Amino acid sequence: MQVTRDFSHYVREAGEGVQHIDLAVEGVHCAGCMAKIERGLSAIPDVTLARVNLTDRRVALEWKAGTLDPGRFIDRLEELGYKAYPFETESAEVAEVAESRFLLRCLGVAAFATMNVMMLSIPVWSGNVSDMLPEQRDFFHWLSALIALPAAAYAGQPFFRSAWRALSAKTTNMDVPISIGVILALGMSVVETIHHAEHAYFDAAIMLLTFLLVGRFLDQNMRRRTRAVAGNLAALKAETAAKFVGPDEISQVPVAAIHPGDIVLLRPGERCAVDGTVIEGRSEIDQSLITGETLYVTAEQGTPVYAGSMNISGTLRVRVSAASEATLLAEITRLLDNALQARSRYMRLADRASRLYAPVVHATALLTILGWVIAGASWHDAIVTGVAVLIITCPCALGLAIPTVQTIASGAMFKSGVLLNSGDAIERLAEADHVIFDKTGTLTLPDLEVMNAADIPADIFEVAGRLALSSHHPVAAAVAQAAGAKSPVVGAVEEAGQGVRATVDGVELRLGRPSFCGAEALIGSTLVDPEASIVAFSRGSERFVLSVRQGLRPDAKVVIAALKARNIGIEILSGDREPAVRAAAEALEIPEWRAGVTPADKIARIEELKQRGAKVLMVGDGMNDAPSLAAAHVSMSPISAAHLSQATADLVFLGRPLAPVVAAIDASRKALHLMRQNLWLAIGYNVLAVPVAISGIVTPLIAAAAMSGSSILVMLNSLRARTSSREIV
Amino acid sequence: MEILVILVPLALMLGGAGLVAFLWSLKSGQYDDLDGAAWRAIADDEPPQEVPAKR
Repeated sequence: MQVTRDFSHYVREAGEGVQHIDLAVEGVHCAGCMAKIERGLSAIPDVTLARVNLTDRRVALEWKAGTLDPGRFIDRLEELGYKAYPFETESAEVAEVAESRFLLRCLGVAAFATMNVMMLSIPVWSGNVSDMLPEQRDFFHWLSALIALPAAAYAGQPFFRSAWRALSAKTTNMDVPISIGVILALGMSVVETIHHAEHAYFDAAIMLLTFLLVGRFLDQNMRRRTRAVAGNLAALKAETAAKFVGPDEISQVPVAAIHPGDIVLLRPGERCAVDGTVIEGRSEIDQSLITGETLYVTAEQGTPVYAGSMNISGTLRVRVSAASEATLLAEITRLLDNALQARSRYMRLADRASRLYAPVVHATALLTILGWVIAGASWHDAIVTGVAVLIITCPCALGLAIPTVQTIASGAMFKSGVLLNSGDAIERLAEADHVIFDKTGTLTLPDLEVMNAADIPADIFEVAGRLALSSHHPVAAAVAQAAGAKSPVVGAVEEAGQGVRATVDGVELRLGRPSFCGAEALIGSTLVDPEASIVAFSRGSERFVLSVRQGLRPDAKVVIAALKARNIGIEILSGDREPAVRAAAEALEIPEWRAGVTPADKIARIEELKQRGAKVLMVGDGMNDAPSLAAAHVSMSPISAAHLSQATADLVFLGRPLAPVVAAIDASRKALHLMRQNLWLAIGYNVLAVPVAISGIVTPLIAAAAMSGSSILVMLNSLRARTSSREIV
Repeated sequence: MEILVILVPLALMLGGAGLVAFLWSLKSGQYDDLDGAAWRAIADDEPPQEVPAKR
């Protein structure tokens, strides 16, 4: 049977006979990787561009059209030691990138204008206390206006648009007071300049925009980055399937190009990428990613298989069905939709702050104007003072308080192996006080381990490992990996559903089912662990039994203890059988656990906890966890999770250890603490500055100093989010 | 004070040149990969083409 790979789905024309593909690459994290990949790929003839993007962990490739097959790049990267996946840029991501660039452009314009207006303002400030002529001051003010007005018109667009949208929808948001403040400050300054006044606030208005744009850009950049991460994760999961394109010819195509009715081949050791029904063949399948159940299920003609199940022993032909046909998935999808709809829109800290902010500030400004008029001041002076109040209370520090912390905290989390899927995840995670763990794939590792390797003589284990290399069976793969085997035994024959055998130096070697190796007698003495798969090995007349199972994550116990030390409630909800869950719960000393739980039960339990006022963190990987991941206050998934779950989870953690869960909780708690602190700093600044503004003694110099002083203070405080403690216990 | 007529436009022109340079660098994608750019600065140059050993 001939296998071809088809990546044409991902290739796009980059003009003038050049083709372009983007690949998401796993494991790129340093300059060395970057240079190695770029050199390795550039060495292929006809490649015109090979550039790594270290921020997004991607490679952009261009080559002369028609000369190369993109599959070759993936092979080359594999040789270099990196797994690469073809990549399709989502339109949502394109929009985020465009928005980021626009904000950066606005920021550039605003910063340019601020610096130049400041250059003109400082002479005025010093001239006002010495010997500046009124004509010179007017000249400088008009020059400032010439720079500030067009710059504000351009750089203020993000705020003006958003404020306009809010006003036309008859609501208000943070951008309404910002826009009003900026426009009033500029308008007043122009009027004052016409009347040859001493003070104009061009510098304050444009500086305000600059600081706010910094905050806005950081916020947007984080959104862009989480979107890129989500895109990469999707690419990592976007598996290919072996589709029959002729009676005896298969092609490896991306799942996106497979339609209901197509027939795909599922070989042993492969994970199914589509939903469908078996039409030919007989095998066992591992559905633990879908149901949490670790026992294998027999698959034969008519058995439904779901995306995410692993084929164990025999080759299957599967007819692809539309997703809705599969009953289990339909149930999960229905629950997930319900949970997503019920998910109350979380009020972000920034929104809560701004909701309080606008009315208070506007009322203060209005009262100031009225107060001064009643006290006998002229309308002109009263309005100037009122506008000064608006300028000085404008939320520079408030706008920076949260995005700066978020940016730095998400960077720190990224370093400890946690990726953010949603922007407000940090705030929600910080509030979590109860953790629900799924067992299979979350507390345990997704891959199999040989539990009794130490009981087997080393030389025997090594031979068994080499023999195991000839089989695709996941259990055999685990044996081969545990033995560190590299060179397969020559002449090994696999008997489907039974095992592998080979003859070396006249001695027959067999690895497989106990019956296949004649080792049934040994099982009684070894079988104590109900979860383990038993595989036997025989050499001549010697017989050995290996027990293979999913092990707990290496640091699971430490992590559970660390969570308990933080006063966080812990429980296990698993779809697996009782003995398996009991064993894990006892090993980890978790008194609260439930086995055989359906997705609906999980949601019911989360609702029950919510009623009691608990903020639940759900950690799960299976398809059956997806609805509860959506229903929980905040959720996490390991990188090995089912696609649906990973897309639903707020955070994704990498690698074998469970420690990122605690690290993420710690980092987010610290971040929330700093955010609150920053808000108090911003409020404290206003408490000091507002009375000065109301009393009418604010000059543009005081406004500028107060504004930049508070913004710098908040930014410096945010930097403290970077130093996260490495210790988790 | 007549010197202002030269100095002020000069200062603005310099600032404007900075802004144009920034906008150009943004457009040519120099802010797309800040992590990578930080490392590229200290990366080794391309190794010289391998010269066949003299016999």
